Amino acid sequence: MSYHLNYGYIWTHFSKLGWGLVLSLELAFVSILIGMAIGLSLALAYTGCGGLVRRAVAGYVEFIRNVPLLLLVYLVFYGVPSVGGFAYDATESFVITLSVYAGATMVEVFRAGLAAVPRGLIDAGKAIGLTGWQRLNCVRLPTMFRIVLPSLSNAFVSLFKDTSLASVIAVPELTYGAQWINTNSFRVIEVWSVAAPMYLATGYVLLFLLQRLERRFSVH
Amino acid sequence: MTESTSPKPVVSIRAVKKSFGANRVLDGIDLDVHKGQVVVVIGPSGSGKTTLLRCINLLETYDEGSIQVDGVEVGFRDGSAGVRQPRRDRDLARIRADIGMVFQLFNLFPHLTALENVMLGLRKVRGRSSAEARKIAEQWLARVGLGDKLDSLPSQLSGGQQQRVGIARAVAMDPKVLLLDEITSALDPELVGEVLTVVQELAKDGMTMIVVTHEMTFARDVGTRIVFMDGGRIQIQGTPREVLSATGHDRLKSFLARIEMKHH
Amino acid sequence: MLYAIRSLPFLWGGLLITLQVSALVVLLSLIAGVVLGIGIVYGPRWIYWPIRIYSDFLRGIPLLVLIFFIYYALPLIGVNFTNVMSVVVALSAFEAAHIIEVVRGAIQSIHRGQNEAAKAIGLRFTQRLLYVIAPQAIRRFLPPWINAVVDTVKGSALVSLVGIVDLTLAIQQVIGRTYIPMPLYVLGAVMYFVINYTLSSASRRLESRFAYIRE
Repeated sequence: MSYHLNYGYIWTHFSKLGWGLVLSLELAFVSILIGMAIGLSLALAYTGCGGLVRRAVAGYVEFIRNVPLLLLVYLVFYGVPSVGGFAYDATESFVITLSVYAGATMVEVFRAGLAAVPRGLIDAGKAIGLTGWQRLNCVRLPTMFRIVLPSLSNAFVSLFKDTSLASVIAVPELTYGAQWINTNSFRVIEVWSVAAPMYLATGYVLLFLLQRLERRFSVH
Repeated sequence: MTESTSPKPVVSIRAVKKSFGANRVLDGIDLDVHKGQVVVVIGPSGSGKTTLLRCINLLETYDEGSIQVDGVEVGFRDGSAGVRQPRRDRDLARIRADIGMVFQLFNLFPHLTALENVMLGLRKVRGRSSAEARKIAEQWLARVGLGDKLDSLPSQLSGGQQQRVGIARAVAMDPKVLLLDEITSALDPELVGEVLTVVQELAKDGMTMIVVTHEMTFARDVGTRIVFMDGGRIQIQGTPREVLSATGHDRLKSFLARIEMKHH
Repeated sequence: MLYAIRSLPFLWGGLLITLQVSALVVLLSLIAGVVLGIGIVYGPRWIYWPIRIYSDFLRGIPLLVLIFFIYYALPLIGVNFTNVMSVVVALSAFEAAHIIEVVRGAIQSIHRGQNEAAKAIGLRFTQRLLYVIAPQAIRRFLPPWINAVVDTVKGSALVSLVGIVDLTLAIQQVIGRTYIPMPLYVLGAVMYFVINYTLSSASRRLESRFAYIRE
């Protein structure tokens, strides 16, 4: 084995990794916000409505969760403009894709969360005369959010790792930066030995921060 | 005061000590159990009585002292330089095959029928053929009154029925001593009787038993000897009459008073 | 849409590669994951920590990063794998890390009284595992494992990025010739969907079938 480690190139171009990480976090953050909006509305629609709506929501969720994210990225970035007649840049396209992807997970999270709200609380709300809408806002949603916080944390970290796929359509996030350094310097082991721990460490930090958030809001 | 003519005890416990961290749970226990005896261990929770029982078949390890079942040291073997070393799993399995245990929470195998629960040890540990094992298992299940429930799953049985299967599973192995760990504590009151009746019959047939229980009536009627434990030590032991009417032993008296209140 | 249907023969080879790679990865990761999972539950400390670090590390990085790293780094340390071998190693290592967690969860969800009762009737370690623990662990293991299989099939799409002509790359190649992307992407999505939906339905049916064994 005649490979000698040389981290020089990595440090010179570290900004590609550093800013790439920032972009990855931004992508994840925006996508989960939009995904939560999608997921919550669809979960409420699913819980509140009948057969046709339920099947449509289930169809959306099943489709997104059974198709590779990579294919979805291509479909949205290359496929949609060709039928829609418009163009968008890679970052916009990826955010849309990841949001739709996150939305499918979020529907499941919120649906299970709503179902986990103890019946006793809802009955108490009825007993003091709250309307359905008031029960939703004052009893069910706040309780549900506290229940689903752990799932949301895990989903966010997962989404953060999924942002690595943005690199295939040249979005300059962390994986793209690492690939750039890789192909320009062939310092394979060095670059990935920096980039991989960056993902790992960021993931742990995110989980830690989110757990502290959980504890502040936790009911149980 | 022993009922047996053989001088060598089935279970011999000497100077056993055990700690969980800083908590000394067993603080020097000496106890002999002879063949055919029913030794009932009573005491408040935290007194170490369940831990002692679980040390006998090494579900818990003991730090110091000696526990011998039929002359074989349970927890340790003689290592190379004569140094005591913990037993290996394979040896433990053989020792445990001769010790039966019935658990407070039954611990029946939920994926097996009552019959299969009893047959498992017979086939895999005693090496019986399927036909032999089935016959023995059927006999024992009939003896505990479950002859019509052979193919039921544990989830289909009541607590009392499950516990009787647990008893059958333990005694079918023909153990040298039977350990009973508060076997009625998790049962609804009306189911306790059917289980204790089975145990009483086993005692009459000469099964050597060590019973941890809160059922004082059972202790008085079936026990050969009662042992009162508190704070990790044996405080007093003797025949049921001696122990249960002991005057002058404060801790025992307050313990018995608490039990009486609970049952009234 | 006609283009899409007519291109099916070209996609067939890609689909086969996807299925073969997935099947191989599922098999390797299952064996490794179960063995290491049992090791992490029952093994001594010096077995626990390496497996734990391996599992946490591989679950903390994106699959794409792992594939790129193994694909580019292996030749540099003198290991001459083919494309397919590198990618199978990467995918299997990744999935095995997840399966270790599934196994661990399945075994640890079994009440400790079961192991104690098995010990009490004199069963040895391998016997306890085989006759008491495994039958109960399997029903808790199968649904999440099938999810892992679905993830494997989805993850296999990433091999297209290192030049292996799986279904995804086959789709790209057809689009490269016809310049009509959308119908083909939709067709590809449908094909993946059919495979994975069948798997997840099987998982759901298994979950309800095992429900008869209540605690």
